[in-house]
Amino acid sequence: MNVDKKIINFMGARKIALAFSALLLIISIGAMAINGLKFGLDFTGGSLVEVHYQEDANSNEIRRELQAAGFNNVVVQTFGSSKDILIRLQEAHDPELGNKVLQVLKANADQQIELRRNEFVGSVVGEELREQGGLGMLLALFMIMVYVTFRFQLKFSVGAVIALAHDVIIVLGFFAVLRLEFDLTVLAAILAVIGYSLNDTIVVSDRIRENFRKLRKETPIEVMNISLTQTLSRTIVTSLTTLLVLVILAVFGGQMIFGFAVALLVGVVVGTYSSIYVAANALLIMGICKEDLIIPPKQDYEFVEGEGFETDGYEGEDQDEEPDVKS
Amino acid sequence: MLNRYPLWKNLLIMFVLVFGVIYAAPNLYPEDYALQVSGTRGIYQTDAALMARIEKKLKREKIDFKSSELTTKNGLIRFADGDLQLKAKRVVTELLGDNYVVALNLAPTTPQWLEDIGAGPMKLGLDLRGGVHFLLEVDMVVAVKSRLDVYVSEIKTKLRTEVLRYKAVERGADGSIAVKFSTEDVRDKAKSFIRDEYPEFLVTAEERKGNFYVAVTLTEASIQDIEDYAIKQNLTTLRNRVNELGVAEPLVQRQGRNRIVVQLPGIQDAAEAKRILGKTANLQFRLEAKPGESRTKTEVFTFRSEEGRSATIEKDIIVSGANVSNARASFDENGSPQVNITLDSSGGQLMVRTTGDSVGRRMAVLFIEHKTRTAYVKVDGIKVAKKIKYQEKKIISLATIQSVLGNEFRITGLDGPGESTELALLLRAGALAAPIYFVEERTVGPSLGAENIAMGLTSVQIGFALVLLFMLFYYRVFGLLANIALLINLVLLTAVMSLLSATLTLPGIAGIVLTVGMAVDANVLIFARIKEELANGLPPQSAISAGFDRAFTTILDANITTLIAAVILFSMGTGPVKGFAITLSVGIITSMFTAIMVTRALVNLSYGGRQLKTLSI
Repeated sequence: MNVDKKIINFMGARKIALAFSALLLIISIGAMAINGLKFGLDFTGGSLVEVHYQEDANSNEIRRELQAAGFNNVVVQTFGSSKDILIRLQEAHDPELGNKVLQVLKANADQQIELRRNEFVGSVVGEELREQGGLGMLLALFMIMVYVTFRFQLKFSVGAVIALAHDVIIVLGFFAVLRLEFDLTVLAAILAVIGYSLNDTIVVSDRIRENFRKLRKETPIEVMNISLTQTLSRTIVTSLTTLLVLVILAVFGGQMIFGFAVALLVGVVVGTYSSIYVAANALLIMGICKEDLIIPPKQDYEFVEGEGFETDGYEGEDQDEEPDVKS
Repeated sequence: MLNRYPLWKNLLIMFVLVFGVIYAAPNLYPEDYALQVSGTRGIYQTDAALMARIEKKLKREKIDFKSSELTTKNGLIRFADGDLQLKAKRVVTELLGDNYVVALNLAPTTPQWLEDIGAGPMKLGLDLRGGVHFLLEVDMVVAVKSRLDVYVSEIKTKLRTEVLRYKAVERGADGSIAVKFSTEDVRDKAKSFIRDEYPEFLVTAEERKGNFYVAVTLTEASIQDIEDYAIKQNLTTLRNRVNELGVAEPLVQRQGRNRIVVQLPGIQDAAEAKRILGKTANLQFRLEAKPGESRTKTEVFTFRSEEGRSATIEKDIIVSGANVSNARASFDENGSPQVNITLDSSGGQLMVRTTGDSVGRRMAVLFIEHKTRTAYVKVDGIKVAKKIKYQEKKIISLATIQSVLGNEFRITGLDGPGESTELALLLRAGALAAPIYFVEERTVGPSLGAENIAMGLTSVQIGFALVLLFMLFYYRVFGLLANIALLINLVLLTAVMSLLSATLTLPGIAGIVLTVGMAVDANVLIFARIKEELANGLPPQSAISAGFDRAFTTILDANITTLIAAVILFSMGTGPVKGFAITLSVGIITSMFTAIMVTRALVNLSYGGRQLKTLSI
């Protein structure tokens, strides 16, 4: 293949990118250590009541009413609009509390109140979920590492997992810095980010592998630049369509999945960046070279044959692979 | 070269497409407001006569209904709107009384021929239709302990019948039972006897301070059995109680080792639902103490119906609620009210053994309720709410044993049908094996549900439209083909979700939106590759073929890894998150099919088989 297109020197900025990533990671980890994550009801346990008023509601007044009724540890806030009020009782471990709050509100209000949500999560359940969530994330990273090692090579798998960990930490950091609520849907979003970012990384890695085998004279840095340039338009288009739907989701999806959409938005941006700079950078740092990808023939004949069609011209090999495609 | 698919591939795609359209179709039919009528128990049948009664009544009340039909389990009456439905519910409930459950329902209007091939609409999660979600935890410690109580009594009885004299039966803190004997000889006999009688125990012989013991502990497997049994019995009881609530499509399901999920769509009053579900209770059948019996062997309890009245009964339990398989109110030959009780086989044996030499004595039924109250305790100077569990034990029946009792017996001499119904109800409620506690509760109001649907749909529509426009603008004819594939993807996704009867939740909708955004990725990969090959100077047909072939492994690898993340999410997630994981997983699979196979077929149809100079890409 002739590389006559203009090659963008992505790797020229790799030291800056490394510093940038390091900075983001330090901020994220720092924020998580200092601010901590603002876990939602799903993880902490407690009670939450959301009510809808006919007219604008005064959250200060509601707070006073609830305090007068003996509820001291309450957070009263508007949710979405000033007619929707959200009341949190974090330290409560009584499933009846939500109902009691509702009764107080109904007794004090001069207008009709409509119950939107009333949630109670036991502290044990929340704790378990937090544990499970962390375990799930680690398990996902591990399984993916195994798969990538099997399909590619160990250095690629380390690169991919570093990129993923990078993305996850930054999304978590984003939530810690802005003190956004971290609930179950955000956790789901982070797992989706793992999936998405990996998708990106694999596409780039695939091309890097292909080019390492095809281009004989170029240095690893040049191979990276060529591969990244070749996949750039795809990276941009996919990121754009995904970001497009996520912005829509954040704007029109409502309060309940706002956190989810934000986590994914941040994740997709960081994931796109990381598949260009983190994964490729990690490969260079680990000293990836042609020898890593050209498997000595004595190891496994079948595997070499399968991989072979990537490096050779496609015309002849294609027919072996899918003979029924052509007439 | 010319790009053509062989006939079988085109047929396969056509087949999948037709399949998708058919199975997605039920979601297009709007739901009817309906009333669902079912009998509270087997004897109350919903039959044609009953439906005719309801129809007559509705006509008299001038409430229009669209249709009334009879299914194998229940009757269904459909209405044009929610107001009529509510009005009709009051009327029908009044007409049928307590023996029937009249529940509000949204009935699918799937045509018969679609139903016949197993097609139906997707189910909506509670966050979309409103309702109550509970997570209950079964107290397994108590479940095992109460079973051990029964074992202790049982072992004592059996040893007495075998004339194996024991000195005492002691309960260890670790859940073991130690039977104390004075001689080694008797101990050894007892050991082999117990081992034969109870295969579920680990039986060992011990010697401590000159006394000889047989120590028995439950095996891991039998503890598991007890837990499974406790869950099953709770499930049955909860299902019965849920029926009391009149919910059309309740879900009562085990989750994990010791939890039960209860979902009641359409229910708003969580407090009432909880009151009915949370009535945890247990039963104990014990003999009344003989006059002058040692205080250490007896206890005094008051009656449930009369606070002032009390009775002294023995500590030994004959059978517990776990052995009660059924209890129902009926009338004897003379028309007097009675309660018929059925025990399971081991309960029956125990009853025969105990009552064999106790005819003429009285037997008490203790009703044990597990309740919780919140107390505030100071921890490090801060007041913390603490849940305190306590038991309330009351006598609900004290009756003279007329003859040796077995598997089935009855309690007679009750004051009236009211008392017999009440007693039967309590006995059934008490058949619950282990106490349950609420560990999670979520109520979603109907307006929030409707709003969630509306917002979800808006997001899907706008997101979808924007992606379509973008693809069309960026890839022109190829973009159009990718858009058709994306549309088919959405249809297939809906079809698979409906076929799996997967539940659609708000995060699930978000998953669909995300799938739409990500599904184009495969097409983008292919198209980018085709463009590249064209730039490398390949003729259009070869470029198309090369683009599809070379992008294939990349797409496969990228999607499989995303699928791994989705599957892990599914296995650990609950409720809404599971919904997201399902749509994401299904979306990945269907999008791979449409992006690779369907787009290729479309490209082959429009470009294959002719000489081309340029491609609109």
